[in-house]
Amino acid sequence: MDIQIKGKVLVVALMGEIDHHAAERLRVQIDSAFEKSSCRHIIFNMGEVTFMDSSGIGMFIGRYKKAESMGGKLVLSNMSEAVMKLFNMSGLAKIITHENSLEEAIKKHGGSM
Amino acid sequence: MIKLEMEALPENVAMARVVASTFIAKFDPTLEQLTEFKTAVSEAVTNAIIHGYGDKRDGEFVTLTLSSDNRKIKAQISDRGIGIEDIEAAKEPLFTTKPEMERSGLGFTVMESFMDEVEVSSKKDEGTTITLAKELGEQQ
Ligand SMILES: Nc1ncnc2c1ncn2[C@@H]1O[C@H](COP(=O)(O)OP(=O)(O)OP(=O)(O)O)[C@@H](O)[C@H]1O
Ligand SMILES: [Mg+2]
Repeated sequence: MDIQIKGKVLVVALMGEIDHHAAERLRVQIDSAFEKSSCRHIIFNMGEVTFMDSSGIGMFIGRYKKAESMGGKLVLSNMSEAVMKLFNMSGLAKIITHENSLEEAIKKHGGSM
Repeated sequence: MIKLEMEALPENVAMARVVASTFIAKFDPTLEQLTEFKTAVSEAVTNAIIHGYGDKRDGEFVTLTLSSDNRKIKAQISDRGIGIEDIEAAKEPLFTTKPEMERSGLGFTVMESFMDEVEVSSKKDEGTTITLAKELGEQQ
């Protein structure tokens, strides 16, 4: 995982498999970075994610709530077809924004590149 | 038939996925079928560990049994944990008994949409067995 701050946006690049075991670790690291920063939004780059199950969905909903409590948004970019399928099935699409590319996501949500 | 017995540890779910993927791969599935199968197995094994055993997972095991009937691939996931009291309720989308763990209650929904058959047999305090089956259809 790689975390960067771009303006008001925390940009998190996820890698590999997001299952229950991985999600436990990710939520701690992401929350700590988010709380230390003055960011409002969280944008995930999903380009390097090779696997995800419902534990990943739970992790995103949890982070969505954190961002929302700061008046911010949560955006997922670069999802693979498999991850997209899960995203649509879960109803996440209703609360979490999706952008095709990370650049677009950052541009729309007020970060500077 | 392949039988994998693993300690009930979250880090073992990845191993279960590798074994399930390797098993189905020899039937030349599409990439989509492989992903769906491995995801459904991941859901059931995760549930066995975090719900079946929860905090009392020390020294406990989850069994994954893989078998095939022509091109119908079966995975059976068993634990000897707390069992499911109301199976119909558990299968409902968004139903979870662990909202505090950020569970979304979507595991059964994922299993049902990715597999052709999902059978749950469970008894309170005795454990749970999930049987998943997927028909691969004509070889591509
Ligand atoms: N092996 C099991 N032993 C005991 N209870 C189980 C087992 N599998 C599932 N359950 C029960 O069924 C409920 C629904 O399971 P499901 O996988 O759909 O959702 P979840 O695991 O709570 O959330 P998610 O899978 O989205 O992280 C669980 O909350 C739990 O109460
Ligand atoms: Mg589950």
